[in-house]
Amino acid sequence: MKLKTTVTLSAALLALGVTSAAQAGTLEDVQGRGVLRCVTSTGIAGFAQPDANGVWRGFDVDFCRATAAAVLGDANKIEAVTSTGKTRFTKLNAGEGDVLWRNTTITFTRDVGVKLRFHGVNYYDGQGFMVRKDLGVNSAMELDGASVCIQTGTTTELNLSDYFNTNGMKYEPVTIETNDEGRQNYESGRCDVYTTDASGLASTRSALPDPDAHVVLPEIISKEPLGPATRHGDDQWSDIVTWVLNATITAEELGVTSQNVDAMKDSKNPEVRRLLGTDGSQGEELGLSNDWAYQIIKQVGNYGEIFENNIGVNTPLGIARGLNALWTNGGLLYSPPFR
Amino acid sequence: MDAPRDGACWAFIRGSFELFVYGWYPEPERWRVNLSFLLLVIAIFGVLKDNLPGKKYWLWFAVFFPFIAAWLLVGGFGLVPVGTQKIGGILLTIIVGVTGITFSLPLGILLALGRRSHLPVLRAVCVVFIEFIRGVPLITLLFVASTMLTYFLPPGSSFDLLMRVLIMVTIFAAAYIAEVVRGGLQGLSSGQYEAADALGLTYWKAHRLIILPQALKISIPGIVNTFIGLYKDSVLVLIIGMMDILGLGRARLNDPLWLGLAPELYLFIALFFFLCCFSMARYSLGLEKKLRTGHKQ
Repeated sequence: MKLKTTVTLSAALLALGVTSAAQAGTLEDVQGRGVLRCVTSTGIAGFAQPDANGVWRGFDVDFCRATAAAVLGDANKIEAVTSTGKTRFTKLNAGEGDVLWRNTTITFTRDVGVKLRFHGVNYYDGQGFMVRKDLGVNSAMELDGASVCIQTGTTTELNLSDYFNTNGMKYEPVTIETNDEGRQNYESGRCDVYTTDASGLASTRSALPDPDAHVVLPEIISKEPLGPATRHGDDQWSDIVTWVLNATITAEELGVTSQNVDAMKDSKNPEVRRLLGTDGSQGEELGLSNDWAYQIIKQVGNYGEIFENNIGVNTPLGIARGLNALWTNGGLLYSPPFR
Repeated sequence: MDAPRDGACWAFIRGSFELFVYGWYPEPERWRVNLSFLLLVIAIFGVLKDNLPGKKYWLWFAVFFPFIAAWLLVGGFGLVPVGTQKIGGILLTIIVGVTGITFSLPLGILLALGRRSHLPVLRAVCVVFIEFIRGVPLITLLFVASTMLTYFLPPGSSFDLLMRVLIMVTIFAAAYIAEVVRGGLQGLSSGQYEAADALGLTYWKAHRLIILPQALKISIPGIVNTFIGLYKDSVLVLIIGMMDILGLGRARLNDPLWLGLAPELYLFIALFFFLCCFSMARYSLGLEKKLRTGHKQ
């Protein structure tokens, strides 16, 4: 009996120790450490990849840099905690990373079951199809009987079978592990169709010997809203990540770019002045310095710049803004106001 | 990317060669990696070369080498500390491979002896350990190292991921080595054991002088086989997000400027592994030839 009590007591103490450690503010941890640790992918073209010197680049990495600029005043003080699809949430929840910027689809299970907090969408993706132009196919509805290259163990596999079943069509799956394997199988003609997220199709198409001989079909058969995540239980930190994303979107909406941000500090527009910290104390309310958003835009850029620098039409990936345009331009990007 | 590709493009490998070798190891500190590698070569040379004057000291150096290398690579005690998350590429592959090989052999031999021990508790512990470790895939152990352990430890008290992985890889290889060595021990005729007893040798002396030299000689092909397997299995660490040469190479394949160069990369990695594994295999063949004494019937 005595032993049991001791065990229970020490377990309770341990639990207590664990909770108190978890509730220490992430912001203070990051500022004390002087480095922001972002959970990133092990490599997704345009979104996160190391360059020849090992420096991480890409769309998601730039948002990590933006967070570091806001929190530490220096966009280069980041550390990439590389993780695969399987280990990303554990790394975040175990405290090995401070924030997750890693092509992660927001779903009910992840939000509620995995106990993550999502902070809006930084990329609207969706599953699409790519075929050879000379097949003469103009719509996914004409794909009955086609062989399809599909990554195993992903949501895309389930979406594909749902889509074909719903529309009464048959297909022959050619299962693959990685995007690169998919491209090679598709290129060598082992499958007629390659399906994955539209952003992945764009990078695959650009790597083909003759990209113009292939076409991405207009149908998008799933919703894949990708966004940043943090752990439960740190509301201040959650607010910071939310508003870092909003700041990049709002900056684009207000026409603030890395080029004109210094001049815009004296803008007549009160929202620009609040955003850049000329007026008000929004930075201090977040627990940051008042020029937090200025640092983001100066060092990294607004949403449009981040997009165009990494995955936009002038990069090898050549992805059009599409759903990721501002709501004023027919897209879905819509940030709450800085008021 | 507009021109059709007619040949291999090695500029991709050349351009990121340093990254592939050192990972993110800070540039001013890379001499430490080079020095460690040089010491590794010296240690291996000292162990493998016969008739060296002062062989005893060469062996002692080899015993202490892993600790010297760990100090050089991680730093502290006078050197600038370098976080283990900065270690990647070929450096990481070699660290995992060499650590696994160095520590699994002695551990495996002890486990094999323990399994044949007459002490029931010791025997039971060794049997359970060996069978449990052999009963689960290496990937499972790596997942335990990367995800499960972090749940048991309080957040913040992060027990280094590389350390966890090295421990898991070592005990995994040790379980296999134990069975290979046990095969060698059973291959000896009971006359050898009885002769050792008749000479009045203690357990440890008998094993050191009579049993193990013969048993290990028989086990060489199996041991090297396990080592080669372990060395190649080290690429599995990429599944838990560690950037060894394969993981780092695959990450580089995603550079939008170099898309579609997978064949060059995989050839390069294959060549690296072939060189390492083939030389291990050749050495073990040579060793077998050299040690083939008197058993030709």
